[in-house]
Amino acid sequence: MRETGNNILRTLRNPKVVNGIGLGFVAVIGLWLVVNFVKGPEEFVNVALDGLTRGSIYGVVALGYTLVYGILQLINFAHGDVFSLSGLVASTMLLSVLGLTGDSSNLVVVGGIIVTLAVTIPLFAIVNATIERIAYRPLRHAPRLTPLITAVGMSFIVSNISLALYGVDYESGSDLIPQGAAFTIGDIRVTWKLVFALAIIVPALIALRSFVNYTRQGKAMRAVSQDTEASAMMGINVNRTISVTFVIAGALAAVAGLVFLLEYNIRYDTGFELGLIAFTAAVLGGIGNLAGAVLGALLIGFVQSFNEGLTWHAPGGDWTRTIVFAILIAVLVFRPQGLLGEQTPEGA
Amino acid sequence: MSSYIDRVRSRARDNPNVWLVPAVIALGLLYPFIEDGMRNLPLIGDFMPTTGTLVVMIAFTMMAVGLNIVVGYCGLLDLGYVAFYAVGAYTAGWLASQHFEQIKFHLGSSVSNEQVGIHVTMWLVLIVAGLLTMLAGIVIGLPTLRLRGDYLAIVTLGFGEIIPQVVRNGDSFGGFNLTNGTFGIAPIDPVGFPLLSAVGLPDNFQASDNRERWYYIVAFLLLLLTVFCSVRLRDSRLGRAWIAIREDETAAAAMGVPLMRTKTWAYALGALFGGIAGAYYASFKSGAFPADFYFNISVFLLCMVILGGMGSIWGVTVGGMILAYLNFDGLSTIGSKIQDAGLNFDPTKYQFGIYGIIIVLMMLFRPAGLIPERRHKIEFEEGVHDTPFYDVQTEGALTDRDPSDD
Repeated sequence: MRETGNNILRTLRNPKVVNGIGLGFVAVIGLWLVVNFVKGPEEFVNVALDGLTRGSIYGVVALGYTLVYGILQLINFAHGDVFSLSGLVASTMLLSVLGLTGDSSNLVVVGGIIVTLAVTIPLFAIVNATIERIAYRPLRHAPRLTPLITAVGMSFIVSNISLALYGVDYESGSDLIPQGAAFTIGDIRVTWKLVFALAIIVPALIALRSFVNYTRQGKAMRAVSQDTEASAMMGINVNRTISVTFVIAGALAAVAGLVFLLEYNIRYDTGFELGLIAFTAAVLGGIGNLAGAVLGALLIGFVQSFNEGLTWHAPGGDWTRTIVFAILIAVLVFRPQGLLGEQTPEGA
Repeated sequence: MSSYIDRVRSRARDNPNVWLVPAVIALGLLYPFIEDGMRNLPLIGDFMPTTGTLVVMIAFTMMAVGLNIVVGYCGLLDLGYVAFYAVGAYTAGWLASQHFEQIKFHLGSSVSNEQVGIHVTMWLVLIVAGLLTMLAGIVIGLPTLRLRGDYLAIVTLGFGEIIPQVVRNGDSFGGFNLTNGTFGIAPIDPVGFPLLSAVGLPDNFQASDNRERWYYIVAFLLLLLTVFCSVRLRDSRLGRAWIAIREDETAAAAMGVPLMRTKTWAYALGALFGGIAGAYYASFKSGAFPADFYFNISVFLLCMVILGGMGSIWGVTVGGMILAYLNFDGLSTIGSKIQDAGLNFDPTKYQFGIYGIIIVLMMLFRPAGLIPERRHKIEFEEGVHDTPFYDVQTEGALTDRDPSDD
């Protein structure tokens, strides 16, 4: 019995078998997509565009996870809740403070969005850095599980702050954006929602990329994530670099929160599930890898939209969570380093 | 016999606390009989739990003791323990209710022979639930235990989210109704002693006059059994291997501890108690509903383990009872007291925020818990090189730095 078990295990660990099973999965999914495409090309593309909207939001949240993981090897569970709190604060800004409604003209809405971002980005950058300062920094030398457990606790604290401030009702800013299509190509509809989402997210991603690649502080971040000890010896202020990472992650959460508010509706516990999905995206792309996080998020966004939007043998929305987590587990089992990631300890 | 008494005497001399355990057991068994008196006490009377609440508290404490095997002994963070609770509860639903109305099968059950469905006696169901949950633990463990601590946490979280959703959508697997979807399975058969009714024991707890009292006494005995098994496991060869893995995976592997097998056992045995507790609790409240199984329960159980002290069996029992009391009775009592005082604040609404605060404060200021386990406390104080076996990154990149850098 034990012998058989060990043999099965040994077979399962064989890279060829592992890759074979993994490729088999991918092939089945590919076939399913092709059949769906052939059955209804326009519907397929429209669903894919919806997936692009979702995926780009997931990407911004996933970057927050991957930045922090890259530098601290910590899954910052609180990130998703910071995201939903930021979305709720953005709803206060847009709907109450600035008083925008569905009747406001587009130019006013764009101005309102810019003002809101100018408030929420610094605010949540500070909130996120504060969380790091009070909850994670004192545990820098503790056993590895300690900060992780603390992060779970912080997640509950932040989501309950949202609950205390905003109650259990959903907030939505989707009325502010013009309904309908910005333009159509045949039967393919490019909605204003997608245009707005990309118009906010793409500049944010470019800004992040330039910061990480071309500034001194960005270089320090890359150095610390490669080797903390050596960076400290080279005179990099490690603690400040970690704080800066949390500041950036918080700013990204604020951007994602606003976009999510404009597209869907948000409440205190939205961030929990979305955070897990975004984390899955980060793992899928290769955690610690910025481009990977965005790629993984787009894939997850497509998966979710295809699952909920396609008609031929799609499992449907009831199963979204199961599918996303099954992907997470499958990635960790079959390709722990993710799609773009480097060889990580899990690959051993 | 006399040598046994001598041994107890000498232990009592070394450790005056040795009388505490029998005293607590006696008080625990007596509680339902003095409940009315306790609840009528001035000042604290309102805060005394009813026997029914105690049954729930004990069921969750049993799960916490099971989780402690995984988290406390073996140092593997499991954020999906609620999955095992669900497996246990649904096993009870399948084997002891009218759910499968196509079949009519009775085995020593306390319900009427007329009822359709599978009705196995709950005593057997508890064992089967434990074994099935163990199997679930192994199935979840085998592909994932290879992963490093934090990845393991997120994968277990994933399973903890998948299983409830499967349960919720499971009313039509190719047309077969496995879980009855969102309605759950109810009613689930009661516990009872159908063969011993001649000696005066009730053959059906739900129908007996002292329903809660009977459920409580059996629950209490189950908890004692769980704690006993947990203590014996800790001191066994397997338990020492778990602690070795927790302290230093690399060294444990070098000393010949088979990592995968040992970790899988931790998973399986930890899951076992969750399954038994889940099945028993399902019988007490006579149903298994998908809404009961969500992530917060996993964190609630984890919070019990952390509050009491990871790895400390007495600590976890106490921590579990405290938090379960707060969750199922205390917070609402406190809330009504606050509202009587004229403040509009409802602590039950923020229960999970309160657990979050407990977790963070414990981790920051008393990571070894209220009643620390001696060995674990040393680990926290001296720090460990928590570098896992499969980690090829720089040795302790973030744990080894000189504190003067900060």
